[in-house]
Amino acid sequence: MALSQPAARPLAARRRPGLPPARLLVPALVVAALAALPIAYLLLRALQVDPGSLDLVLRPRTAQILLASLGLGLAVGIGSVLLGLPLAWLTARTDLPARRLWTVLTVVPLAVPSYVMAFALVAALGPRGALSELLRSAGLPGLPSIYGFYGAVLVLTLATYPYVLLSVRGALLRSDPAIEEAGRALGDSPLTVFRRLTLPLLLPATAAGALLAVLYALADFGAVAILQFDSFARAIYIQYRSSFDRSLAAILALMLVGTTFFVAWLESRVRRRLANVPQPVRRPAQLVRLGRWRWPSLAFCTAVVTLALIVPAGTIMFWLVRGLAQGEPLRILGEAAGNSLLAGSLAAGVVALMVLPVAFLSVRHPGFLSGWIERVLYGAYAVPGIVLALATVVFVLNVAPLLYQSLLVLVLAYAVRFLPQALGPARASLVQVGPRLIEAARTLGQTEAGAFRTVTLPLLRPGLVAGMALVFLTTVKELPITLLVGPTGFGTLATAIWGAATEGFYARAAAPAAMLMLLSAATVALLFRHEEPVR
Amino acid sequence: MQPVRSGALALLTVGVLVIGACMAEPGSRSPNATAPAGSPAVGGSVTVYSGRSEELVGPLLERFEEATGTSVEVRYGDTAELAALILDEGANSPADVYFAQDAGALGALSEVGLLAELPQELLDRVSGPFRSPAGEWVGVSGRARVLAYDSRELSEDDLPQSVDELTDPAWRGRIGWAPTNGSFQAFVTAYRQLRGEDAARTWLEGMLANEPRVYEGNTPIVQAVADTEIDLGLVNHYYALRARAEQGDEFPVLNHFLSGDDPGALVNVAGAAVLASSTQASAAHELIAYLLNEESQAYFAEETFEYPLVDGVDAPAGAPPLEQLQVPDLDLSDLADLEGTLRLLQEVGALP
Repeated sequence: MALSQPAARPLAARRRPGLPPARLLVPALVVAALAALPIAYLLLRALQVDPGSLDLVLRPRTAQILLASLGLGLAVGIGSVLLGLPLAWLTARTDLPARRLWTVLTVVPLAVPSYVMAFALVAALGPRGALSELLRSAGLPGLPSIYGFYGAVLVLTLATYPYVLLSVRGALLRSDPAIEEAGRALGDSPLTVFRRLTLPLLLPATAAGALLAVLYALADFGAVAILQFDSFARAIYIQYRSSFDRSLAAILALMLVGTTFFVAWLESRVRRRLANVPQPVRRPAQLVRLGRWRWPSLAFCTAVVTLALIVPAGTIMFWLVRGLAQGEPLRILGEAAGNSLLAGSLAAGVVALMVLPVAFLSVRHPGFLSGWIERVLYGAYAVPGIVLALATVVFVLNVAPLLYQSLLVLVLAYAVRFLPQALGPARASLVQVGPRLIEAARTLGQTEAGAFRTVTLPLLRPGLVAGMALVFLTTVKELPITLLVGPTGFGTLATAIWGAATEGFYARAAAPAAMLMLLSAATVALLFRHEEPVR
Repeated sequence: MQPVRSGALALLTVGVLVIGACMAEPGSRSPNATAPAGSPAVGGSVTVYSGRSEELVGPLLERFEEATGTSVEVRYGDTAELAALILDEGANSPADVYFAQDAGALGALSEVGLLAELPQELLDRVSGPFRSPAGEWVGVSGRARVLAYDSRELSEDDLPQSVDELTDPAWRGRIGWAPTNGSFQAFVTAYRQLRGEDAARTWLEGMLANEPRVYEGNTPIVQAVADTEIDLGLVNHYYALRARAEQGDEFPVLNHFLSGDDPGALVNVAGAAVLASSTQASAAHELIAYLLNEESQAYFAEETFEYPLVDGVDAPAGAPPLEQLQVPDLDLSDLADLEGTLRLLQEVGALP
């Protein structure tokens, strides 16, 4: 073990020989072990398979669906970057009118459960949807069918671009504007500055956000089902729901985990090749004047918000009003809202604690071990919810039966599942804190803990907040884990929406859906209150 | 400034955790999984895993609590997912009662010995076809398969007398179905049981040749009929009735009931069972008895538009009486053979 410190360390942490310190390694391994549970559960179940039924899963059609799902994931990844990256830049760095409002409006779609979004967009853009009827009455041909691959790409892109947006936004807020200012001072146009300076600096954050979008698309079950697209996750759910044979489903799920490892590995390659320049200076950036690009920018924001937010919200309001007109009572679900808020906040808090060791390990000690820890975490993120739920059930019943169906276990299950959403932003923030900065603080007399508190944590904060926001917003709409792992009788807004919508009671689903969106919007607004760069 | 903010963040996190922990205490009133059974709680307590949604049965379970003083803890979920949960929990299951959306899931649990036999007087309240021959589950409400059709385009006379006629090319592109839906799969299982494997395969292939539109479930099918995307759909009877109640009588979808020994005339049940591992069997029986009393049965007819299964309770408004339906001769427990159905649906390409 080489203990001698090199005199000048490279900017970003490069490989260092030896094992990472135990105080990082042990907690990171504990987190990874929790995330490995579902995978272990799948292996256990897969081993019990009846070889006679193997032909049901090992057939060309399985490979076909897997490839189609990968295609979907890729398309959604690209789509989410095309929407999320410009939106992040517009809302964080330009003089876009009503910027704060757009910041909130463009993030809130994350809180719309993807099946609600799919339903709403089918209602609006479907073969007999409102827009099609309008076009037809104007004598124009109708819209292309929303069902199938393109519809699934559209809906999942609208549901996931906020991952890219939030991730990139975090990176923009912490990057040092001096670099771009220098570019502008040298006479480059804003567009050139964006392309040649801002964009390369944003690529790691973009890749991290896009990875979440891709994995979300791979794991999604609700939206693809409504859009009649045969995805791999859907095939897994069908196995679970209709055969009571959990081993075949387990084999399919393991294939999905393998795919996830591959996608996560690709992302880590991209990340490693890109410049991770620490820019510890956080001072507000000069806002870019949009000038004549102002109106196209506003149109772009309006279009995205219309599809991702106004159409679903409008559909919900329509259900609500139609139900009230038919004499449905308006129900305020205080307890469900409280439970959603509680579960979401707890999960976000636990994730904030759990993500730190993993992110530190990943940034400061990249290598084989940290690479696999991350991949396992992404694996837990992309397995269908029911897999993680059943794995949790089996584990807790065997190891800590007293905790079975407790809130603690539910929150831990959420945290394990959604931790990767906080990992990207946390890692990207941490890259900004070069080791030399910490050393400077130490030289100035800070203890190690003091340096962490006064230097690292403040710089880490925007990334951590963005990650917590993501975890909160996805936890409040989570369904399968809540239903199977939560305390008996623990109803959330998401379970209320599901309970009503599956039975076709749209009017009754509308109130909890509206409350979920309001709750999420309020949370987003609260989180970003201090985030605006002043100027 | 920065340290203050991060301190506040840390404080917030800790605060939320503490508040959460405190709130969790009174909230977690559910009987613990491993708590010793038979604790002398007033009126007792029973835990239900309900594959039927809270919208449908929540009010009924609350009424039971009020009427008997027995407290009810309910875990709502998808019928098949809850069956998978009970299979994974095994003998450790905290559940006393499993309330399933279809007979197949009950049959699957019965097959592996996780269900206890019910007292004869409970079984006797429901007539023959709607309860388990082994006495391990009892039907609580009936769900008839129908063809839901567009009443603006079609009249009763235009409609087939058997699902077999749907393979006629005249219906090409006009039918909606939901191969992933539990009720549809139960119907296919019934087809296999009644007509044999080969006939079922031929029928499915004939249907696929007619290019049916695939939907996620019954509700979207009924909506698609209303939106004129399709002319008719294979669904359960109550979706059109509910949509009518929610959207008014002008809702343009009506039910067409098939009859005779046609698999399309299947009446499946939502049913209840007591788990073999339950330590609250008497409270569980009391609950099931409550679901089968006249008041509760009338609730199903009026609120969920399903068929009451106990004699003397009227069918839902707008649906013919249960006695008038000619139901095919079938043991509903046999609907548990979903694996065969799944395999068939995959082989013909109806499922991914």
